[in-house]
Amino acid sequence: MALTGLEVYKLLPKTNCKECGFPTCLAFAMKLAQKGTELAKCPYVTDETRAALDAAAAPPIRLITVGTGERAFSVGNETVLFRHEKTFVHQTGLMVRMRDDDPALAQRAKAVNDYAIERVGLTLSLDGVALENASGSAATFADAAATVAAAGYAPIALFADAPEALAAAAERIAARKPLLGIATAATIAPMAVIAKERDCPLVVRGAGDLESLAAICEKARGAGVEDLVLDPGARDPAGALELFTQLRRLAVKKNVRALGYPLIAFASGQTPEAEAALAAGAIAKYAGVLVLDHDDPALLYPLMTLRQNIYTDPQKPIQVEPGLYSIGAVTADSPLLITTNFSLTYFTVSGEVESGGTPAHLLVADADGQSVLTSWAAGKFDAEKIAKTVLQSGIGDRLTHRKLVIPGLVAGLSGETEEELPGWQIIVGPREAVEIPTYLKTVWPRL
Amino acid sequence: MTPAVDVPVEKWQGAVREVTLGASADGGTRASTVTVGGQSGLPFLGFEGSAPHPPVIAAEVVDVYPEDWSPALLAALGETAKDPAAWAQAGVAAGAELIALKLRSAHPERGDAGEADCVATVKKVLGAVGVPLIVYGPGEAEKDNEVLVAVAEATKGERLVLASCEDKNYRTIVAAALGNGHLVSAFSPIDVNLAKQLNILIRDMGLPLERVLMDPNSGALGYGIEYTYSVMERLRLAALMGDAMTQQPLICNLGEEAWRQKEAKATDGVPESWGDLADRGVIWEVTTATTLLHAGADIVVLRHPRSIAAIRDVIAALTEGA
Repeated sequence: MALTGLEVYKLLPKTNCKECGFPTCLAFAMKLAQKGTELAKCPYVTDETRAALDAAAAPPIRLITVGTGERAFSVGNETVLFRHEKTFVHQTGLMVRMRDDDPALAQRAKAVNDYAIERVGLTLSLDGVALENASGSAATFADAAATVAAAGYAPIALFADAPEALAAAAERIAARKPLLGIATAATIAPMAVIAKERDCPLVVRGAGDLESLAAICEKARGAGVEDLVLDPGARDPAGALELFTQLRRLAVKKNVRALGYPLIAFASGQTPEAEAALAAGAIAKYAGVLVLDHDDPALLYPLMTLRQNIYTDPQKPIQVEPGLYSIGAVTADSPLLITTNFSLTYFTVSGEVESGGTPAHLLVADADGQSVLTSWAAGKFDAEKIAKTVLQSGIGDRLTHRKLVIPGLVAGLSGETEEELPGWQIIVGPREAVEIPTYLKTVWPRL
Repeated sequence: MTPAVDVPVEKWQGAVREVTLGASADGGTRASTVTVGGQSGLPFLGFEGSAPHPPVIAAEVVDVYPEDWSPALLAALGETAKDPAAWAQAGVAAGAELIALKLRSAHPERGDAGEADCVATVKKVLGAVGVPLIVYGPGEAEKDNEVLVAVAEATKGERLVLASCEDKNYRTIVAAALGNGHLVSAFSPIDVNLAKQLNILIRDMGLPLERVLMDPNSGALGYGIEYTYSVMERLRLAALMGDAMTQQPLICNLGEEAWRQKEAKATDGVPESWGDLADRGVIWEVTTATTLLHAGADIVVLRHPRSIAAIRDVIAALTEGA
């Protein structure tokens, strides 16, 4: 929890030396509490004060990094319960569970490393393999860890019941900074030693209640391990949702640092759709790391899409890359429509064109990611912008006609746009996207 | 020593209204009725509120063979999709507690079927299943008014849900519900204030709010689901904080949205990393549905029998012990 100005003041030298640039220590303290200046401006601040202020400024959920290099992922630092309050900042790490005695391990691990999807101009990828010591053998586990590490640079989780097996595998790939686990009340002492020695984050598992989880976290910290990921050990999905919600609330609303760590969820279903249902809940409700059983791309793609959607900043909606999009099997005779690059606007319009079955060229203007009416009102979607978008796209050379359909909401722009685009006929289309299919079927052919 | 942890429990002031679909007496012929709403806490959080009615599934049935639907759906539905009565029975057999019947043939471009045909279809489906019905017009305001009014009059007392009423046509639809003992689904375009405003307009016409569902417009996974998700969370939080005009149960007509996206339809020319269509389509629908259930959906309208089974299971798993 952030300190108040008076609380900060008590920690300062109270000499009013003015070297910080403020007239009094109290004024400096007030500004510090509002995060309007930096503590470093005070030359006489003690280490003790610095530590107290740092602790107060630390995020309620510790940031944990798994892996190294470009593929490393970080989770934590979340500050809200609902994404509309601010935004969820560090998207769920998606890992696929594999057994250490899986004969196809190398090949499956490589597939997870290489898996990538292009979506709204971004490349989505997985966050690695969670290797499980199913064989019970330390040697097999350590060899398997090396196999997974050789498959690519994605992060790795090593999960064993026996501390000896965990030690053997962690030693083999320590440089990759794997996520270790899963420590229970029975194994926390030796596993904390391994995590400390290898400087790796550790998953700790409670017994289905917060008290047992808090106890095990305390033991881990006592052994010098601060980078923790929590598995409250729920017995069923209802219990998991309750515990995850309580943990998130404790961290962000009550500032309970003792439990302020990212959470890990495990989704496992008989069918891929059953697993999808559990996984979707975990992504929406607070999982920092999610371990899947299935590596079927038909499951991975929807879940990666959901993760992208939930972690989008609600104040800064995803923008679609401006430019020319072909919807369906377009030809030189197909209609040409224009809209703006607000993602929801684009999806609505392209979805209606697609479902209507009439192939069309869709020009997307750069309107700072705003909807048609908003960007028009802000002067970002005007005749000049429309003309520029058409000319830059070069679409004119690819069509047999010179007809451009503009959104009905900006009907007033048609005359001006015709002046900006000599030789083009500007046609006022429907006001609502839902009317596009009918429009393209009935009105367009008569134009 | 075990450290004590204070479990944070929210004390909510309000609750979602209970709405009962279908009737078994006074003109109603349903073998069973379905009540939704009544929650006094956030979705599936049994520790701080009661949830007397778990969310329910409505199976979508269309009155004409939907030849433009995803091949993954048509393969699963088979011949039953050619007869709305058989299709509705299959939906109930798959585990749906409601049927969402869409009078698509009444659309001016899809046959322009008249009132008499629509009434006959609704009666046929009412005769084929004992569960309550949600009846959707063709989605064209004028034609919606025409056929939904005729259906409402011909099924007086059944407590059907007439869908959808929007700011454009709510007067006609609400009057038809009011005069014939039905319910309405109030549709607003992903906006908290517009949803509230429509509820107020409907109440001001005299329809009790115990007969109103809210449809927040369900964006599909990958196509705006995050907007719907957050609007639903805001509506549900407002309801729990005591805002009476946001306390309607939420209906998500999401099967239609999920299955019209190319990820749920495309077989050719898609990257290998998309996986097999038969699974991908189902998972697109299931992922959309589960996410919206976590935001407070009370009724989810689904298309694929596998989705119905998976969502039934996840609802059961999340409400266990609640």
